[in-house]
Amino acid sequence: MRMKPDRGADTGRPGTGALAPALRATFPVLLGYSTLGLAFGLVLVDSGLPWWLSPLMAAFVFAGAAQFMGVGLLASGAGVGEIALMTLLLNARHLVYGLSMLERFAGAGRLKPYLVFGLTDETYGILSTEEAPAGVDPVRFRLLVTALDQAYWFAGCTVGALAGTALPVEAEGLDFALTALFVVLLVEQILARRPKEVFIIAAAASLLALILAPPRNFLLAAMGIGIAGLLATRLPSKPRSGREHPS
Amino acid sequence: MTRLFAAVAVMAALTFLTRAAPFVLFARREPPALVVWLQSRLPPLVMCVLVADALKFVRFESTETWLPTLAGAATAAALHLAKRNALLSIVGATALFMGLKAWLGA
Repeated sequence: MRMKPDRGADTGRPGTGALAPALRATFPVLLGYSTLGLAFGLVLVDSGLPWWLSPLMAAFVFAGAAQFMGVGLLASGAGVGEIALMTLLLNARHLVYGLSMLERFAGAGRLKPYLVFGLTDETYGILSTEEAPAGVDPVRFRLLVTALDQAYWFAGCTVGALAGTALPVEAEGLDFALTALFVVLLVEQILARRPKEVFIIAAAASLLALILAPPRNFLLAAMGIGIAGLLATRLPSKPRSGREHPS
Repeated sequence: MTRLFAAVAVMAALTFLTRAAPFVLFARREPPALVVWLQSRLPPLVMCVLVADALKFVRFESTETWLPTLAGAATAAALHLAKRNALLSIVGATALFMGLKAWLGA
């Protein structure tokens, strides 16, 4: 399995030395992923989807926001094309993570694809701030952090879906966790001091889409208008005024 | 069934692709200006639109439809600004939402 640390990977001692610091570093994620994963499994089953979809997504997608959104779209009857487009847009934030991880992952060799696969918001948060303690192989530390995070998420998603199937858990309202998650990510974006005009454009695009598009096409309409609005701000404002600045 | 597998396959492939893109594309050269420009603008746009999407069914005709949603969203934002702990913000806001729903619905 891809989640197991590969013992033959390097010359150092097996993963025991790295396990304790990795467990310590990922403890907050254990709390977060098991809780959110549980909610995800319950919401998935509650929206009429088969339970095995939950561990399947946890194993191969491993992206909280995208999984929640995918379940919402699947339950509302959206097509695979729409799911693809929204996944791409939602995951656009990952582009930034990768850029700042280029050097840290450089020595990972054949484990690198798994580290890249597992680069969630939370894993990124740990790996970009925590270094392996002295004497611990940094690659093994990063691998264990990533694998532990996925194990927590997988366990939460699986238990939640099974619990939702076994007993009629009242999951109504639990899907608000997704709304709260998006609000949290939005606050993070505001705190990251993004260009102010983006928030104005986004609000205007959302309003326009709310008025113009039917509710089930809201996401696509709002994203389309928003991206068009963004690109419009990049156009030179006065193309006719000749030779000022080429930018 | 096929649709479910197709959806998971597409989500898995595209998520891995977006996570791998910078390693593959920009390991050796600087990202183009448009990509850098979009990097600071696409995430906030997407998050705003997703929040709006989650709130789009809010109607003000009766209290039990709008109060839990707006109070929950406001709580998530306030908690996160105060503590910046994602789990606390999400669990707190969801608990308040479910509590208000149960209370107003009873």
